[in-house]
Amino acid sequence: MIEIRWHGRGGQGAKTVSQLLAGAALRRGRYVQAFPEYGPERSGAPVKAFNRLDTKEIRLHCGVYEPDIVVVLDPTLLHAREVRVTEGLKRHGLLLVNTAQTPEEIRALTGFSGRIITLDAEALARSVGARFSNVVMLGAVARVLGEISVEDVEHEFAHAFGEKALATNIAALHAGFAAVDARAERSEASL
Amino acid sequence: MKRYQELPIGGVIPGGATPHLVQTGGWRSGKKPVFNEKLCVNCLLCWVHCPEATILVERSQMRGISYDHCKGCGICSQACPTGAIVMVAETNDEPQMPQQKAGEEVCV
Amino acid sequence: MRVATEQKRLTLITGAEAAAHAMRQINPDVVPVYPITPQTPIIETFAQFIADGQCDTEIINVESEHSAMSAAVGASCAGARVMTATSSQGLALMLEIVYIAASMRCPIVIAVGSRALSGPINIHCDHSDSMMARDAGCVQIFAENAQEAYDLMIIAQRLAEDRRVLVPVMVMQDGFTITHSAEPVALLPDESVREFVGQYEPLYPLLDTDRPTTQGPFALPDYYFELKRQQVDALEAARTVWLELQERFAETSGRRYEGFFEEYKLSDAEYALVILSSTAGTAKVVIDRLRRKGVKVGLLKPWLFRPFPAEEIAQALAHAHAIAVLDRAISFGSWGPMYLEISAALGRYLHEKPVLYNYIYGLGGRDTPPESIASVVTDMQNELDPRVLRYLGLRE
Repeated sequence: MIEIRWHGRGGQGAKTVSQLLAGAALRRGRYVQAFPEYGPERSGAPVKAFNRLDTKEIRLHCGVYEPDIVVVLDPTLLHAREVRVTEGLKRHGLLLVNTAQTPEEIRALTGFSGRIITLDAEALARSVGARFSNVVMLGAVARVLGEISVEDVEHEFAHAFGEKALATNIAALHAGFAAVDARAERSEASL
Repeated sequence: MKRYQELPIGGVIPGGATPHLVQTGGWRSGKKPVFNEKLCVNCLLCWVHCPEATILVERSQMRGISYDHCKGCGICSQACPTGAIVMVAETNDEPQMPQQKAGEEVCV
Repeated sequence: MRVATEQKRLTLITGAEAAAHAMRQINPDVVPVYPITPQTPIIETFAQFIADGQCDTEIINVESEHSAMSAAVGASCAGARVMTATSSQGLALMLEIVYIAASMRCPIVIAVGSRALSGPINIHCDHSDSMMARDAGCVQIFAENAQEAYDLMIIAQRLAEDRRVLVPVMVMQDGFTITHSAEPVALLPDESVREFVGQYEPLYPLLDTDRPTTQGPFALPDYYFELKRQQVDALEAARTVWLELQERFAETSGRRYEGFFEEYKLSDAEYALVILSSTAGTAKVVIDRLRRKGVKVGLLKPWLFRPFPAEEIAQALAHAHAIAVLDRAISFGSWGPMYLEISAALGRYLHEKPVLYNYIYGLGGRDTPPESIASVVTDMQNELDPRVLRYLGLRE
């Protein structure tokens, strides 16, 4: 089983991308869960969302404490005092950060010893005319998971986005997918 | 009285208009409504407002008051727009109930 | 990796959406409702289905849950098929009329997103709300996950409306943990659900002017007791009807809810856990892990809490050395509600009783990870004093 924790801010679509990823993985025949961490919901407040992906039925209905992959949708969260993005992250896990900084810089900042991938999702999103970087990060996650194709995710988009937003989101997805592919990154935490 | 197995479930009483089955005329103390047919326009507001089976109606015509059922609340006299029903003091020598057998009234 | 073809039929939806799909397919006549977290997405999704023309239910937006249940009773007495949904304080406010719905034998299905009762105010899951309502005269069914939440709503409708039963049925799913978690759910074809639930034929519809009835009358000491005794029969009949419906539902769906509770590796278990709803899922993972280490542990997960299948549960647990009942609610000054049931069941039906433990867990949404559940088994192995009420995940 792979467990993923998404860090974002209220309104940035952490819950949405976790559900899109689960939908795409389900399309690939995986068992999946997607659930947000709930509390008093405030726009801009740090939020988390979670995924579980497995080849067999998922019966766990508790929180995710030791994720295999942590995705940081908003680089400012690295500096938010109440957020520790590497908390519980498996030592051989993967930290995927939306930032213009290098993995080495993020390593110095977080002290995380495992694999780190950075991509400037915000710039990539802007380059395709998308407003949010969450879908770029979703593309990157799909790529590192290895077995989920962009087409799987695109299928999910059809339900999630209106006609107008569909094309830019598909472009953002491809941008994220290609950004990781270009560096030939592969996750050890594959299914 | 019926055992629980014999009663309809949920406290349902099959058949409507159950006030016909209960004589509540004995509740009246002091005043009773008196009907003056000459002033009645058959609007039946008394029938609508009466909480009991007191207002006797036949073929949409107000026919009088059943003192077997009237509790003396006076709502009918308040509802009446023409003063056809007035509350008057009831003397002790008048028989208050019962005059009719329960269930005799017809409410159309 | 293996690609399970079964998944092709699955839809990724939350528990709340699953319940809303069941409602869409059942297509009740009337749904009076008032929003409350974490129930709200059930009715939000359902309202969307109506707006999209997928069903033609009349939703009545009322000003409180008290009014929601009042309108539900009125509509049900009129002869309508009625459903509603609520949580926590909403159920508390509704409760006065839930008793009346049960006594007037209104087969209203109530979807409950389980949530702690105030105070302090809290929006997260525990079972205080449904346990508060356990004596109202409703059938109470607990779902483990989104799939069960969907299936059990459909079964509940038919169960409620069976002439032998005719009481409200509450279907609980854990707030947030299930209501807001997206999981794969196998939805049935609309026709299958409609065929399963059939046409509702009310026994005494008030709107039937050819057969007038008086409903909701005063019942003084001369009748009240008899009418309460009838409700005992209704809940008793719910057992029989439940079992019959499982046969039918298995034919319809291929999914079988065998008996009144799920047994997971229980038949040879020395240590048994009894847990309702979503935490039972986590317990199965713990049981698999402990079994690999040679610990004979199993689970009993009741679907039905009212009527409580006391004798069947006692028999299913009889062979265990020790049993731990995990309650997600507490009766202050006493024990957990399910523990009391099981304690009574063992006392009534068994000569030699297993050691019985009670743990209170997860109040106000406190998470229960696998380690917590595993610690219960360790406690049983260490033969801790069973006379002590214990707490899981509490700072003490």
